[in-house]
Amino acid sequence: MTRIADLPKPGDPAVRRNGRPRDETGSPTTPAEEAVRPTIGVLAVQGDVAEHAAALERTGARARWVKRPEDLEGLDGLVLPGGESTTFRTLLDWERLLEAIRGRWEEGMPIFGTCAGAILAADEVIGAPAPHLSLLPMTVRRNAYGRQVDSFVTQLEVDGLDGGPLKAVFIRAPAIERIGRGMSPLATVDGEIVLAEADRALVATFHPELVGDDRLHRRFVEIASGTKADATRT
Amino acid sequence: MYLLHMTPTDKETGTPEVKRGLAQMLKGGVIMDVVDADQARIAEEAGAVAVMALERVPADIRAAGGVARMAPVVKIRAILDAVSIPVMAKCRIGHFVEARIEEALGVDYIDESEVLTPADETHHIDKRAFTVPFVCGARDLGEALRRIAEGASMIRTKGEPGTGNIVEAVRHLRRVMGQIRELTSMEPDERFVYAKEIGAPVDLVVEVAGTGRLPVVNFAAGGIATPADAALMMQLGADGVFVGSGIFKSADPEAYGRAIVLATTHYDDPDILARISEELGAEAAMEGLERLEEHELMQTRST
Repeated sequence: MTRIADLPKPGDPAVRRNGRPRDETGSPTTPAEEAVRPTIGVLAVQGDVAEHAAALERTGARARWVKRPEDLEGLDGLVLPGGESTTFRTLLDWERLLEAIRGRWEEGMPIFGTCAGAILAADEVIGAPAPHLSLLPMTVRRNAYGRQVDSFVTQLEVDGLDGGPLKAVFIRAPAIERIGRGMSPLATVDGEIVLAEADRALVATFHPELVGDDRLHRRFVEIASGTKADATRT
Repeated sequence: MYLLHMTPTDKETGTPEVKRGLAQMLKGGVIMDVVDADQARIAEEAGAVAVMALERVPADIRAAGGVARMAPVVKIRAILDAVSIPVMAKCRIGHFVEARIEEALGVDYIDESEVLTPADETHHIDKRAFTVPFVCGARDLGEALRRIAEGASMIRTKGEPGTGNIVEAVRHLRRVMGQIRELTSMEPDERFVYAKEIGAPVDLVVEVAGTGRLPVVNFAAGGIATPADAALMMQLGADGVFVGSGIFKSADPEAYGRAIVLATTHYDDPDILARISEELGAEAAMEGLERLEEHELMQTRST
């Protein structure tokens, strides 16, 4: 029986306009390539999930929408997308996803948080009653630049990123006030950190998934692939 | 130590990426109508991605009759102060001064809405001239593309507000999605006449023919009253839902709000939907209206 969920949804970017799944761009051709191709989840309780999934697939990774704890099985990395962090929390609590994601992080799964995703990952959040996933030693301040009329686009100089400045879209964005041990800053706006890296994590307060420049997604897929290769060796 | 560049960063505000981008962040979510700060807090707690400030919910606007205007400024201000999620506010169609006031207050999105009494029966607001983004209603592809040409950064299919009856919302969403499918199957030279027929700019028609989707996020609205209604709209292709009277006209707004939020995320899983609906118990959804007279319709105002 065909489940409704398996049918292509009109308007979904992963669906070609005639309704059939599109050819996956960048999909590897040999079985050896297929074996090392990472599968990256995108937390899909709410937010700009499709934009992240499309960016990941353009880098050659497989993208999987994560709505329930069982969707985390076998993932090589997880993207926490943009959206509303208070809504994420309601939905994470209901399906016990919060504990499940924390558990997979402790087992070594890399994460990439953007905007609301960075708020989810932080161990201290200014403007929320308590932290959410608490994965990384950093303090994030919600709505750091004001309301929507203050949302902005800028060109970011990113440490160690080839190919010139990165166009960055900040939407009711948070800022990173503090990063702890093991984290390093990669870019700033007005002297405050907006992009930071840890051993197996990347956090951005802006939206690299909106601009069609996949360099940060590529960087995350490399982190995830490296972790996967390490796990395979040991 | 990590203050690498202390010169102020150049920032460009009000760009299409920024205006359409906020709507992209709301996808998969529920935007709830609220009339005061207490309702706004209940909505945020229930998991709303944004709240919509208005003086009365559509069902009460119908009942009260008379001219419906933007919400009082003191109420909008109280709602802005009460919650951390985005706050939207309705203004009358064509009433660009109400919109300027709402922009000045710091409202995050403006709904130029047929739920209020139109101020101009011919012209919509030139939304390109604003920094704040706008959402507008549409019943078909032509109407959606006309609003986008005027600068709308988000569309909602109209339905029939304040009825608790999903039939018009289904009709409008199916029409928009169906017209997009029709357009993508046309020969390139057939698109020009199609643009003329639906009354939409050719460049936007060509864009939709190429991408197979609207250039902006599209939510469903107007008659959503139950978790199943929300899931139905998501399965028909909506990016998210607006719930107007459906939450605060139900028997238990907190439970209804949360259930509709959960159903909008898990719209494609009947087992989870059954569980969500079961948790609501026998709590009643809002009373529905089956038929309206032609002059009572809000959807036909200024198209």
